[in-house]
This record gives sequence, structure tokens and C-alpha cells, in this order.
Amino acid sequence: MNTDVPAWTALATGLLVLGGATLALIGSIGLLRLKDFYERVHPPTMGTTLGTGLVLVGSMVFATANEARPVIHEILIVIFMTVTTPVTFVLLVRAALHRDRMVEKYPAREGDSDKGIL
Amino acid sequence: MSPGAMLGAALLAAQVILGIAMACATFRLLFGPRAQDRVLALDTLYVNAMLLMVVFGIREGTLLYFEAALVIGVLGFVATVALAKFLLRGEVIE
Repeated sequence: MNTDVPAWTALATGLLVLGGATLALIGSIGLLRLKDFYERVHPPTMGTTLGTGLVLVGSMVFATANEARPVIHEILIVIFMTVTTPVTFVLLVRAALHRDRMVEKYPAREGDSDKGIL
Repeated sequence: MSPGAMLGAALLAAQVILGIAMACATFRLLFGPRAQDRVLALDTLYVNAMLLMVVFGIREGTLLYFEAALVIGVLGFVATVALAKFLLRGEVIE
């Protein structure tokens, strides 16, 4: 990689990227540790909104300093993630609710090898 | 320690952190008790892979990885919506 970056660029990019990656890690650990699906939906959104935002702003800062011209096309990914994440998660939670209601309606019988329709 | 070496170390640390995050999501993808947990883990995995791609791009100092990250983001959205639709209705396209 280019080794003669200015100190402020290195500092800003490093802090932003590390912060974003840490948020993504916290979200993934939350996905791993929480008990219920409806609890587990929440933590990954931390990585998809603020985590993505921080990493991509870091990328913008670095590319702008590196190319010596404004480079802001990373904002496309930020806008796309901000718009699409709520849509996917609303659809997913509706599917989970539907499946939970189906399990209540048609519970597993004695001797079933699987657990009903899950 | 020069600023470039410092930035390199920070980017390497970020890559390791994102790798651990992807490992957490992969565990939930493989062992998540129900199908919706697996779909959620797949979405998280896609986002973490996209961030890893962006960090690779900063490390290499090239703008080429941006397209790869954008494609991963779009494909992750389409995959998650299709899987959620499948869980909801039993079919993707009716």
C-alpha cells in the first residue's frame, strides 16, 4: 500500500475503520448470544447502519486524500444499505411471525421425527 | 512508526475484527435453531463481507474493490428478500 500518507489521514481513516469494524463485531456477537429470534434481529442492524457508515466514511477520507480530489462514490453503498435494511428485516420478521403462528396452529404430534412444520 | 505503517496496522486489525464477526455469523448460520435465524445470519455475513471488501480496497489504495462491495451489498439484499418471501409463502415467485 501507499506508505507516504499524511498523519491526519492515517489517524482519521484508522479510527473510522476500526470503529466501524468494532460495531460490526458487536452486532455479530449479539446475533450469536441473544436467546430469541426477535431479540436477535436487533443487534446486526448496528453493523449495517453505523458500522457500514463509519467504514465507508473512512474509505472516503482515505480515497480523497490519496487521489487529491473529492471521492464520494462510497455514499452510494451507505444510501443503499440505509434504504434496504429495514425492508429486508420487516419482511423477515413478518415471515417469522407467520411461522410462529403456524406452529401454534399445527403443533407437532407425538412420534413426529421433526418438530412440526417449524 | 510512520503514519503509513500505523494505518496498515489499524487496517489489519479491522480485517481481523471483521473476520471474527463473520465467524460469529457463520456459527449462527450453521447452528441457528430455526430457518429465520439462518437467514438473518446470512444477511449479517453479507454485510460483514462487504465491509471486509471495503477495507481491502483501502489497504490496496485502489477504487476497484468498491464495485465488488456494491455488488455484494445488492446481492445480499436480493438474497435476503427472496429467502424471507420463501419462508412467508413457500414460494419465491407466485
